[in-house]
Amino acid sequence: MEEKRASVVVIAEQGEDGIQPVSLQLVGKARQLADKLGSKVAAVVLGQKLTKAAEELVGAGADLVFQGDSDLLVPYQAELYTEIIVKLMVEHCPDILLIGSTFMGRELAPLVAARLETGLTAHCIDLVMNSEGILEQKIPAYGGMITIVCPKKRPQMATVANGVFPNPVLDSARSGEIVPIHVPKELPLRVQTLETVKERSEGISLESASVIVAGGAGAGDHDGWHHIAELAEVLNAGLGATRPAVDAGWTELETMIGQSGKMVSPEVYIGVGLSGELQHMVGIIGAKVMIAINNDARAPVFEQVDYGVVEDCRILVPALVQALRNTLG
Amino acid sequence: MLNIVVCVKAVPEQSIANKLKIDPVTKSLPRLDIPLVMNSLDSHALEAALQFKRKSGAHITILCMGPPPAGNIVRECLALGADKGILLTDPAFAGADAFATAYTLAKAIEKNGPVDVVFCGMASSDGATEWVGPEIATFLNMPVVTMVREIVEDRGDEWTVKADYQYGYRKVRLKLPAVITVTRNLNQPKSLSFSGILKARSKEITKWDREKLDIPAERVGLKGSPTHVTEMAHLESRREVEILEGSLQEKIKRLVQILSDAGVV
Repeated sequence: MEEKRASVVVIAEQGEDGIQPVSLQLVGKARQLADKLGSKVAAVVLGQKLTKAAEELVGAGADLVFQGDSDLLVPYQAELYTEIIVKLMVEHCPDILLIGSTFMGRELAPLVAARLETGLTAHCIDLVMNSEGILEQKIPAYGGMITIVCPKKRPQMATVANGVFPNPVLDSARSGEIVPIHVPKELPLRVQTLETVKERSEGISLESASVIVAGGAGAGDHDGWHHIAELAEVLNAGLGATRPAVDAGWTELETMIGQSGKMVSPEVYIGVGLSGELQHMVGIIGAKVMIAINNDARAPVFEQVDYGVVEDCRILVPALVQALRNTLG
Repeated sequence: MLNIVVCVKAVPEQSIANKLKIDPVTKSLPRLDIPLVMNSLDSHALEAALQFKRKSGAHITILCMGPPPAGNIVRECLALGADKGILLTDPAFAGADAFATAYTLAKAIEKNGPVDVVFCGMASSDGATEWVGPEIATFLNMPVVTMVREIVEDRGDEWTVKADYQYGYRKVRLKLPAVITVTRNLNQPKSLSFSGILKARSKEITKWDREKLDIPAERVGLKGSPTHVTEMAHLESRREVEILEGSLQEKIKRLVQILSDAGVV
């Protein structure tokens, strides 16, 4: 069994359109961590039709892929998934267990952590192996970075949002072992996902948008918000929001970015009429170009972006929309 | 009649807490007396319980772990219509991470007696972790559904709920007793009424410490927490900000240029 032991394990997730990008990103990161430990990387994937997922996980750096293939595993079922993963982790005792901060991961991770009686760090933005072989888990807070460790319990568990780590280059020549795992024939029935339903959202989905325009309280009123929405539209961008904008009733809760909202990683982020509070900013991960528009030159957002425009967004945004329309013809 | 427990957290008032910055020299947070308020997602958890009570009748117990001033939050919940308030307070509870917090809350729920539903907010505004609800469920050996946005059916011991999920929602059936963590979409919390405040004034708040809960010292607070904070680093922004100069038109011109350089237009 020794050769089937890996010290870094990723719980991968099979979505409707294949493996979730964050799962591959985590396997890429796990590869780096395992190389430091001189150890192997394993991925666990549960679902159906997993051949391609397993290939990609190996290509991203997994040495072992534990694969549970059953129609009972689609859609995600909390109890069954927890049972299978806990059993596997008890057998393999990894040092590190990583899960994507997806809706599934955010529920499954604490269920697994509590059963394994270990710690779990939420939504890390970096993972560093220190000289003692302990995983330093970094989270942003209070204008700085907090390091959290789980020194005694194993595995050291962390969730990480999509886009924190880069997409690994998939090496189709890499080889890895696929290990089928036993799936119970029946569902535990205390809690059962009956179906998952996709909702058509208007405009571009925030998770996949390469450009995001996010608005805050500075919009002032519905009209002000309408201009921000127009800016998003003309840029073919996803429209995001801060808590105050949602609370004001200008936009739906689904558009909220940040703590207890969405985690996004666009190429370009434009924050309009928002002050740059941590609760919002933690949700924007790895944006390449960041722009802020706010009438208060002292707003903290100007310390967190590449370009700042000190103007009332209610004046600037409609003019910018017009200029963009002219440019775009 | 259902027995409902609502877990609430007293958190530092956000607008003040937001201004806290890690000191670059001491690498710690400045000590400030920030007023405690109810974690806003927990008010939706309480409202879920109150709505059930108004419709079908229920006994609602509020459970809150925190320093003595957190008792005010418990009283607020009583004024809103909860029947019983329990404050878990003990210096030994300090420094608890999500795991130790959930363990302590679970022990208190057990001690409080039979329970059908435990409602929690889906996350706390200060720590941003979402782990306490599911971890309580694990310690109580109950099922859990997180991020619930709608209770579709709540008759008998089999409930159907809708919970946020990627690109939409999932419909979940669960058997009570169970833990449910809620999102803001679930309901609109009501505000305090004067008569509620008056009624709550005479209600007793039960206080339990570690000994009352009969938990070993190594299971609570910092000692009972698998995770520890080892470092707080002040972070200089990695970005060099360019504040756009000139007239409104010049700024707009520059913005269009920046967006064009970034390949957006």
